[in-house]
Amino acid sequence: MSDVCIVGIGIHPFGRTDGVSGVDQGVHAARAAMADAGIAWPQVQFAYGSSDAAGNPDTMVDRLGLTGVQFINVRNGCAAGGSALFSAQMAIKSGEFDIGLAVGFDKHPRGAFDAKPAEYNLPDWYGDAGYMVTTQFFAAKIMRYMHMFGISRETLGRVAEKAFRNGAKTPHAWRRQPVSIEEILEAPMISDPYSKYMFCSPGEGGVALILASEKKARELGKPLVRLKAATMRTRPPHSFEVFAPSVDVVENDTGPRGTASQIASADAFRMAGMGPGDIDVAQLQDTEAGAEVMHMAENGFCAHGDQEKWLAEGRTEIGGALPVNTDGGCLACGEPIGASGLRQVYENVVQLRGDGGDRQVPGNPKTAYSHVYGAPGVSAVTILER
Amino acid sequence: MTGLENRSGSEMHAIAENLFTDETPSRLIGGRDRETGRIVFPCPEGNQYEAVPLASEGTLWSYTVQRFRPKSPPYAGPEAFAPWIVAYVELPGQVIVEARLVDIDFDAVKIGMPVRFKPVPLDPDAPGSALIPAYAPVGDKA
Repeated sequence: MSDVCIVGIGIHPFGRTDGVSGVDQGVHAARAAMADAGIAWPQVQFAYGSSDAAGNPDTMVDRLGLTGVQFINVRNGCAAGGSALFSAQMAIKSGEFDIGLAVGFDKHPRGAFDAKPAEYNLPDWYGDAGYMVTTQFFAAKIMRYMHMFGISRETLGRVAEKAFRNGAKTPHAWRRQPVSIEEILEAPMISDPYSKYMFCSPGEGGVALILASEKKARELGKPLVRLKAATMRTRPPHSFEVFAPSVDVVENDTGPRGTASQIASADAFRMAGMGPGDIDVAQLQDTEAGAEVMHMAENGFCAHGDQEKWLAEGRTEIGGALPVNTDGGCLACGEPIGASGLRQVYENVVQLRGDGGDRQVPGNPKTAYSHVYGAPGVSAVTILER
Repeated sequence: MTGLENRSGSEMHAIAENLFTDETPSRLIGGRDRETGRIVFPCPEGNQYEAVPLASEGTLWSYTVQRFRPKSPPYAGPEAFAPWIVAYVELPGQVIVEARLVDIDFDAVKIGMPVRFKPVPLDPDAPGSALIPAYAPVGDKA
């Protein structure tokens, strides 16, 4: 079967844009992606749109044109953008369509995500007692991981330091000032072991990708960036997830619990016919500094515990053996849920085209990997090849 | 009823029904899946799960410190905030439960340490405040 290709990319800068709605940030990105692909809205045969908190994506036909186009809305937690992309590539693979749009945007209020117990099938007392706080879970997860695999708090600091350093070089990033590792480690604690610089913030932004069949991509005369794999998976038994009043006991608890990320990753590598060693650049979900650390291993790039050495040696820096989160990731870009997974793919296309400017990965990268993970145990992975 | 008696003899109440056993000292109530035997906490309503008392002692599986006051609603704790420990406690052979860890300095907390069930009031300074699930280090003298 011929590959699905990404022929156009567009982004609305992440962060806070007062006076511009989430939908309009999505429209901005969609127009940029069409311009990049050299097409106009009437040529778009279908669209999948993702937004968690900023309204129905299909309403953007008001702005883009009432062509009668098929437009399907996707909500899937933090995997929403990845799910929109997965759906879009399936629509082309099926032979039904030749060219379409995957778009994601969001606009979250300031502060932590606002979650209510009933939305997660939890009793009211759980919220009364103060447990509807996502940061507690992320902190408890890394606390155990650090204990099991000898990861230091300094390594968490290195991840955040890298994120802000890369963000400073990225026009679409929100946090564009480098922060020293000392300041990161000594900043006020949010949830131990994480200081305020080690968590990303809910934010705003929009991303759009134009996908096309290989035949259509050749007609458009675009450099071929092939989508070799796109997977979306849910959690295996016994995993530890957000808002968990209890966790299963297991007979042997000396290793890490299985995760949706591991499943999505292994399946993506199998589909692409590649292994982790074949990847030149990776965007890994880093909603907090420890997430990047754990996801390096869950996605197969290193053994559990080796992250300590990898970070100390700078292997995930832009000039390192496996650059990770070259645009500063969620830590520097914030997390508008509907757009976040598509931002990773946008960044990968930028890198594969060699358009990364100050943050360009050297050595002409040929393959790129993206990974999102979210509540309640969902993950989406893509592998691109040029 | 899931009441507990405090030292003065007045009744202390749990933050919700069917959380603690009606005995002294009380225990947490979990739910055992009638088909698979898997135990969860709290015990869900309906026929799939039967209520089972959970072990009073376990070990600390993981933890964090909540350093800022959670949003109200839903948080119903005191306005004046002092950080507290969120613990995951492994009750061997049963389940790992989320609860407070009390009577210990934050710096002294160690994964793997033995702990015992000790429910505490959500607001220690409010008379009659509801009890929430909590654990304290074994050997604690408080």
